[in-house]
Amino acid sequence: MSLDKPVAPDRSENESTPTLQVKNLHKAYNGNEVLKGVEFAINRGQVKAILGPSGSGKSTMLRLMALLEPADDGAVFLDGLQIGTSNSKGKTIHHSEGKLAVERRDIGMVFQRFNLFPHLSALDNVALALISVQSIKRSDARETAFRLLERVGLADRASHFPSELSGGQQQRVAIARALVLKPHVMLFDEPTSALDPELVGEVLEVMEDLAASGMTMIVVTHETRFARRVANEVTLFDSGVIVEQAEPNEFFENPQHERTKRFLSHVH
Amino acid sequence: MLFDPQIFLEQLVNPAYLWGAFLSVGVAVFSLLIATVIGFFLALGRTSKKLFLVAPSHAYVWFFRALPALLVLLIMWNALPQLLPALRSDWYTPFLAASIGLGLVEAAFMAEIIRSALSSVDEGQALAGRALGLKPASVMIKVVLPQAIRTALPPTGNEFIGLIKYSSLASVISLRELLTTAQVGVNITFRYAEYYTVAIIYYLVIVTIITVVQSRVERKFLWTSKSVKRVDRTSRTSLNQLEEQK
Repeated sequence: MSLDKPVAPDRSENESTPTLQVKNLHKAYNGNEVLKGVEFAINRGQVKAILGPSGSGKSTMLRLMALLEPADDGAVFLDGLQIGTSNSKGKTIHHSEGKLAVERRDIGMVFQRFNLFPHLSALDNVALALISVQSIKRSDARETAFRLLERVGLADRASHFPSELSGGQQQRVAIARALVLKPHVMLFDEPTSALDPELVGEVLEVMEDLAASGMTMIVVTHETRFARRVANEVTLFDSGVIVEQAEPNEFFENPQHERTKRFLSHVH
Repeated sequence: MLFDPQIFLEQLVNPAYLWGAFLSVGVAVFSLLIATVIGFFLALGRTSKKLFLVAPSHAYVWFFRALPALLVLLIMWNALPQLLPALRSDWYTPFLAASIGLGLVEAAFMAEIIRSALSSVDEGQALAGRALGLKPASVMIKVVLPQAIRTALPPTGNEFIGLIKYSSLASVISLRELLTTAQVGVNITFRYAEYYTVAIIYYLVIVTIITVVQSRVERKFLWTSKSVKRVDRTSRTSLNQLEEQK
């Protein structure tokens, strides 16, 4: 597995501008408030792990960041530019699905249940976005896709279909697929939660290599060991708010909040 | 009067039957095409959240599911040209009228097949397509439809066979399809057994061919690397070249 080349493209933004930022994010489903004004930001090259009990709103925040669902209130910024919504004369305008599609191309998303396209081979799963989004020639797209599959250690599975791959292999293909448009940031929504325990390692290894190559990553996870080893910062979510944010050692060894202590006593 | 093999064999190779069979299949193919296109948009309309799309789709299905196909064919051929002078010209043939008439009726049924096929595709599929930055039309064409087609194929095959048989209704608008061909022969010769047996043979052959073609098509939707080897050899070779390069 070789991730020698940095995956994140060179950008010359001001270092102080967060790569991805959300401000005052609110979301409710049927009157049930899932996000209650979340503030979150990640700088270029950082890896942030988000922990929290199920239903705490952490996955919802990721979906809102990926522009897969509209926020009720608040805004998302990519490299300092507002995406998903615009403000005009004090009103918030939600972008059309066509415009959102363009904005989503700079954000990579990896799902808990992989969501690979079952009718396409591993190679074509990765190549699809190049062909239909960037109109790149099929043979060139496949070459790029093949190189990405090499990076996640699946060159020998390129012609296999999702149904012929293990869960761990499927998730690695899904990571390659999310990387194909060179996103500025990668979002992982519990990427190992649907895997058999013995397959978790191979996926975390790919993610660790990706982090080492300089990719900006937000990882919602239950893998505390991964969070401790790879993340620059760990965040605890509970009941739609951020409870605690700290660098890993501080977070795990010396949590400030009672809620964090309680959560950690359950997962350890 | 015994079954006369001589008459049976003569009729079996009679070009009139072949032409009749050709018309039957033709009407079925065209009406299925019309039904699939209309049915697709009806299915989208019925699953939409907007009332101005939902209401007409429901009304269409309600209307055409209620009417007998025979009545629709009679309207298409007799009533419509009375109302619309443009339809009194030569291009408006019984074949065209039958194809459109059966297509309109069939669309109500295809709408349900397509709707359930679309809803059978896991929601995560469209989500992953959108996350990749695909536009709504691409999500539908590249991600959702190929998977929905697999689900829709077996019931659509059934509908196609049904349409082959429904095409015999077009005898009322003077289309000489397969069954009408047999009936015309019978009216002259009174050799019921021989002429009807020929019709049985033709229907059996047609449906057998459809069944074989359908299972061939379904095999393309297996989505395994083994099935690809056979269908798409070129992509495999280019892949092997890539593997050798590294």
